[in-house]
Amino acid sequence: MHHKVVVVGGNRIPFAKAGGPYAQASSHDMLTATLDGLVARTGLAGERIGEVAGGAVLKHPNDFNLTREAVLSSALAPETPACDLQQACATGLETTMYLANKIALGQLESGIAAGVDSASDAPIAVSDPLRRILLEASRARTAKQRFAAFARIRPRHLAPLAPRVAEPRTGLSMGEHQAVTTTRWGITREEQDGLAAASHHRLAAAWDRGFFDDLVTPYLRVAKDAILRPDTSVERLAALKPAFGGPDGTMTAGNSTALSDGAAAVLLATEEWAAAHHLTPWARVVDAEVAAVDHPAGADLLLAPVGATGRLLARQGLTVDDIDLFEIHEAFASTVLATLAAWRDEDYCRGLGLDGAIGEIDRARLNVTGSSLAVGHPFAATGARIVPTLAKLLHERGPGSRGLISVCAAGGQGVVAILEAV
Amino acid sequence: MSALEKAFYSPVGRKVAAKAGLAEPPRLRRGRTFPQGAIVLAPLGPSTLVAETLALLGRAHESPVVDDGDEAPGYGDRIGALVVDATDARTVSELEGLRAVLRPAVRGIERAGRIVVVARPGGGGGWEADAVARALDGINRTVAKELRGGATSTLVYAHEGATPGDLVSTLGFVLQGRSAFVDGQAWHVRPAAVAAAALDARPLDGRVCVVTGAARGIGAAIVRTLARDGAVIVAVDVPAAGEGLAAVANEVGGTALQLDITADDAGARIAAHVAARGARIHAMVHNAGITRDKILVNTDAARWGSVVDVNLAAQMRINDVLLDPATEGGMADQGRIVGVASTSGLAGNKGQTNYAASKAGVAGLVISMAPDLAARGITANAVAPGFIETDMTARIPFVQREVFRRSNSLSQGGSPVDVAETIGYLVDPASQGVTGQVIRVCGQNLVGA
Repeated sequence: MHHKVVVVGGNRIPFAKAGGPYAQASSHDMLTATLDGLVARTGLAGERIGEVAGGAVLKHPNDFNLTREAVLSSALAPETPACDLQQACATGLETTMYLANKIALGQLESGIAAGVDSASDAPIAVSDPLRRILLEASRARTAKQRFAAFARIRPRHLAPLAPRVAEPRTGLSMGEHQAVTTTRWGITREEQDGLAAASHHRLAAAWDRGFFDDLVTPYLRVAKDAILRPDTSVERLAALKPAFGGPDGTMTAGNSTALSDGAAAVLLATEEWAAAHHLTPWARVVDAEVAAVDHPAGADLLLAPVGATGRLLARQGLTVDDIDLFEIHEAFASTVLATLAAWRDEDYCRGLGLDGAIGEIDRARLNVTGSSLAVGHPFAATGARIVPTLAKLLHERGPGSRGLISVCAAGGQGVVAILEAV
Repeated sequence: MSALEKAFYSPVGRKVAAKAGLAEPPRLRRGRTFPQGAIVLAPLGPSTLVAETLALLGRAHESPVVDDGDEAPGYGDRIGALVVDATDARTVSELEGLRAVLRPAVRGIERAGRIVVVARPGGGGGWEADAVARALDGINRTVAKELRGGATSTLVYAHEGATPGDLVSTLGFVLQGRSAFVDGQAWHVRPAAVAAAALDARPLDGRVCVVTGAARGIGAAIVRTLARDGAVIVAVDVPAAGEGLAAVANEVGGTALQLDITADDAGARIAAHVAARGARIHAMVHNAGITRDKILVNTDAARWGSVVDVNLAAQMRINDVLLDPATEGGMADQGRIVGVASTSGLAGNKGQTNYAASKAGVAGLVISMAPDLAARGITANAVAPGFIETDMTARIPFVQREVFRRSNSLSQGGSPVDVAETIGYLVDPASQGVTGQVIRVCGQNLVGA
């Protein structure tokens, strides 16, 4: 990279369960509020930012320019350009890398990477036959033609279609895929519930110490993450019924992420731009890699980041021992646990073309302020939540501290990135 | 709005209220606006202090009509203001000179006009001079109560040695609409090392002003007013108020700092935020405050502690950090500290022992700080709002609220901007000679002395 790219701040709104306090808010509203909070924190009202890149996984057809429209609604200069990107659950990390790369190449001096999702405000489509009939009716030149088109509508055409949660190639939902992975890697219920409880406890502790005072701006009277249960325990989680994997399944609503609403944003810049705007760089973006696995052929759907992690570390001449903090997105508790098991597994890693096992890590260095199980997971927002959180944590630890982010995504994909405190 | 309140403000309700003696309150003049009519200058002796101050303000003045017979003479056109230079007055008999210019002026003043008396404070001039100084205070308070149509009266005690440059910001504030809700008040102006040459329309250009409790109400008005005057705003409020805070900060192109002012590191975090911008603080406005009202017999330690901590102790801890010259991003020399007291604190208010303690404490604090900070040119003052129309006072039941509104010489509640403008005057670099003062912004509320 030619120019050093630094993370100088971030903002998100508190995340909340779908159908909760943000049920009436659109992705546009949430993204705008998130940008405005970031602008206020960093004193950028009226500034022209190089580019804003955002995205959502669940998108309405008229949200084709979602990010640009949010910029126009925000306190940023209207001359700030924007584009939408989509990389499933890794969208927020993909937008970060998209802008980091442009900054590194000297195409931009500053950028805001963002992601937003509303599972409450999910688009609902009409059935394909009905859609064809409506299009035909709109093309009709005479009333008779139009009537003929409408006459073909049948009651079965009228049932609305919610967005599909199943993988198109396998027909399995993400939870069902992960249940296969959970069994394959022998992940126990106790381990999953333990990881979920720790996520809640760590997030609660971070809130209590004011860690999020400069990372979160309240929205619609919600001041804290609404999914967080500070008083949850392994015992309470153990009482929940399985949600995936049949009656003997180990995955529950407690150790799987909830459908969530929320938005997050990261401010990226060159060091010079940060200094000129009186902003303190937290961490630099070192490198990243996106990867995919052949899940239709049976590979674990959510373990694509494992290969990317191994190749990325090798490319940077690093091992897991050189990484101070790890952020592995908690799609499901068992995703994190299977990822850690895969990192330890010599044969699995060699099977990915790596030189050997990635290695074993100390769990005290993993998701130290909690992750998606406790915070929630508005799909596209998660990457943009993790980047500033990790950057600030690394900055607190001091220059040279390194952190690794691993985010799995639908389609058997994933994005991994490394940050280093400056 | 309750049904009763709607009925009261309906056309029929307004007529009934007018018949019952509850006249429509006068419309106040606000902003950086001078009176429309002539400014009349009445020196009671050879002093040219006020005449020279008016010259710095760029305001022409006319001679007064003097009442020297049985028939009170009048002004042809309504006058905008009467400014009396009473700095030579030392004897009781000289008060007659004041009466003689006040009588025609009070009768002939325009709506939202101004009566201003500039005099020497008591102390050091002998018994009679002290009696006169205090007599002027009684006159000022009474004239304020008799003036109608939103006109106000102010007494300025100009200390020996205070120059026109020391007085210009004060006289400008008092004459302009910025002082709309300041009535019947008296405060002191001392000689300052650096005197101003004129009234600046953007006196805070590029200066960092920190405002706590900035997300809404009076705090948001302070932010907007100081920003209008050129300030670089750091808007502070508790993290839970962050949404409103962001909107206010973005509106003025400032920065939002989500911070609980009672946190141990609050002062350090404010300073670090300012230091990161390579600046020091020109003005620290301690506006954040809470109420936890209960009569004393129902006030427990928690209700007591939270109010006293937020409203008084927190700003003392923050001041300690910011006033340390070694603190990067701390108070600049010639800086300004402003506390927000309350007429509830000055007069006491049933159900608010904790609040009264904290707000009277703020008044005591700035009075004590002022002489100690004088060597660095830092001033410490407080404003004491009376009944101000905010979300907080909107929750008071309607009848009680209407009584509070009308219990002052201007027959209405003040606007948050009235408090903000008074703070803007105090943090003006030209107000160097104004320190250790507590200025009530209450329309001369019946309580609060």
